[in-house]
Amino acid sequence: MDLSPDDRFQAILDADDKIEPTDWMPDGYRQTLIRQIAQHAHSEIIGMQPEGNWISRAPTLKRKTILMAKVQDEAGHGLYLYAAAETLGIGRDEMQHLLHTGRHKYSSIFNYPTLSWADMGVIGWLVDGAAITNQVALTRTSYGPYARAMVRICKEESFHQRQGYEILLTLCRGSAEQFAMAQDAVDRWWWPSLMMFGPHDDESPHTAQSMAWKVKRVSNDDLRQQFVDMTVPQAEYLGVTLPDPELRWNEQSGHYDYGEVDWDEFWQVVKGDGPMNRERLANKVGAWDDGAWVREAAMAYAAKHDGRLRSAGAGGAA
Amino acid sequence: MSYDVPRMAGDAAWTEHDADDHARRPGDEGSGPMWEVFVRQRRGMSHVHAGSLHAPDAETALLNARDVYTRRSEGVSVWVVPSSAVTASDPDNAASMFEPFAEQPYRHATYYDIPDEVGHM
Amino acid sequence: MTGPEQSRVPFVAASPQGMVVAGGLPAHVVYVLRLGDDNLVMAQRLGEWISRGPDLEEDIALANVALDHLGQARALLAHAGALEGMGRTEDDLAMGRAERDVHNLLLVEQPNGDFAHTVARALFLDAYQVELWRVLSGSGDATLGGIAAKALKEARYHLRHSSAWAVRLGDGTALSHARMQAAVDDLWRFTFEPFAADAVDLAAAASGVGVDPEVLRAPWDARIDAVLTEATLERPSDPYQRTGGRQGFHTEHLGHVLTELQWMQRTFPGLHW
Repeated sequence: MDLSPDDRFQAILDADDKIEPTDWMPDGYRQTLIRQIAQHAHSEIIGMQPEGNWISRAPTLKRKTILMAKVQDEAGHGLYLYAAAETLGIGRDEMQHLLHTGRHKYSSIFNYPTLSWADMGVIGWLVDGAAITNQVALTRTSYGPYARAMVRICKEESFHQRQGYEILLTLCRGSAEQFAMAQDAVDRWWWPSLMMFGPHDDESPHTAQSMAWKVKRVSNDDLRQQFVDMTVPQAEYLGVTLPDPELRWNEQSGHYDYGEVDWDEFWQVVKGDGPMNRERLANKVGAWDDGAWVREAAMAYAAKHDGRLRSAGAGGAA
Repeated sequence: MSYDVPRMAGDAAWTEHDADDHARRPGDEGSGPMWEVFVRQRRGMSHVHAGSLHAPDAETALLNARDVYTRRSEGVSVWVVPSSAVTASDPDNAASMFEPFAEQPYRHATYYDIPDEVGHM
Repeated sequence: MTGPEQSRVPFVAASPQGMVVAGGLPAHVVYVLRLGDDNLVMAQRLGEWISRGPDLEEDIALANVALDHLGQARALLAHAGALEGMGRTEDDLAMGRAERDVHNLLLVEQPNGDFAHTVARALFLDAYQVELWRVLSGSGDATLGGIAAKALKEARYHLRHSSAWAVRLGDGTALSHARMQAAVDDLWRFTFEPFAADAVDLAAAASGVGVDPEVLRAPWDARIDAVLTEATLERPSDPYQRTGGRQGFHTEHLGHVLTELQWMQRTFPGLHW
């Protein structure tokens, strides 16, 4: 009468319940999750750099405040996600090491440079917008700690896209030079934003297993379509032109038709040859290495002053 | 935010890992052990688990918890507990630990029939 | 001159003679501007740490401190503009003044350096601001008093944070101890200026708006001595000190800080963002 661990695992999935850290899970599920959650976390952390690039030059003190708070939130999101991944039996430092040595990746969108203030608007509008498209779905992901981290992230996320769009509204209603700045940023970020959704599903053999495990809830192409449908009217409101001559409303399907992503560029950037892959990783590794003596000092102090902590391991509770 | 990172041809399979991946590297100093964070949102409420973080000692854990978990006016009081101090129930024993209580309806008000005329009870 | 008595007497590097209140602004306005500028430049410096912190938790912590200082700067600059009565906003003041009209302490414009330098700079500033805001909470300028009361809570937290780090770095490893001592030694020459009263300070104190900063020195000394002791660090004995920031005579660092801060407004003037 007792279910096998495998059957119990499947029963939880079938009931749309959550798998928790102490539940039995197939090794493939565990490893897939570690990789996915860790890479999601890495993306948040690396994502601090392109926006961080404009903190010192924000045009007003209010915009500087908002941008600092947003980038700070991204650090926090990375932290929540690393914590979720740690419940699967891997340490945060190990995950970082995998990122630093190139064995783990992060979202390619962050390998593009931020070249004007308008990029801050477009990143909030398009990049956060693309991420949010998948976000609600991820709050229903099968692994409990990941789903809970996503709920917290969703709550904090609410201002991120809005502040970006507000920047663009101001630019598009401003001077001709400001409008041109906004249009130029849109021209550079539109296609990379579509690339965020990944390859076509039929070219992503890994999608099927992730969907079966309810780690991934919606397919790449469906999400990309959802994003386009949501974003085109927003672009029209701003008055900017999206750089896709094939973009048009399809009355029959009830969706926007759009052009084909440049998959050569896509794979080039994923492979590591995008505009800023080397710099982003070098900055990340550099910050970590520069901080080594600080972390060592903190640990040394703790060891000297509180014997209890010498034996406190890296264990995690759910 | 959610970021899917596609696999490339030639990538190690997603399910591959070796023991070395999970080994701590000598000289690779981390941010210390893990702590669980509990936040009391308002007077009168309990502390609720908010999440976890890394810190080398209790004072740093407390300051970090305040910075990470209370920025949106989420709390008036914070507890931090080394994760290693938490004792968790064993999921293999979940049935005998918790299911018997599902068969004890007499512990709940709804088990008892009080006529409406008596008024609220 | 030699001996411990003389080493406690600061040797102040010569500033140009004939200090004039910058731009002919009333002392009250300048007094508030100075405090705003301290926080503005500190926020700008701390913002440089974002994504470069020694770990994630500290990145988040530094961003919080930066945001606190930025919030204080905005409130103080807005108030200074209101007092001036010429319609200058917080952004006009932050983005439109050049070095000789900016009045921050030399301490805050020093580069971040390594983390020890950042901690030492914060420790010295936080210990000063805690004393300052405590007294200014009772300012005769009610708006300034309100800003000070709020800033005091933030400064107390900042001091807790910078003290904790000073102690951990000072009493951590041999390397961290050396770096922290070097940072304290390096920045010590900017620790006289916060307490050096000039005509503006004395006028502000006389009118009940401000405080003679000299009275803040003793509690600051006591606090710093306590932290240095716990951190196993030596109090520097080099009597060399620099002043001048309050009067617009800065180190070469400020110009570069302002260049980044003001770039957008200078390049695209008169627009909404």
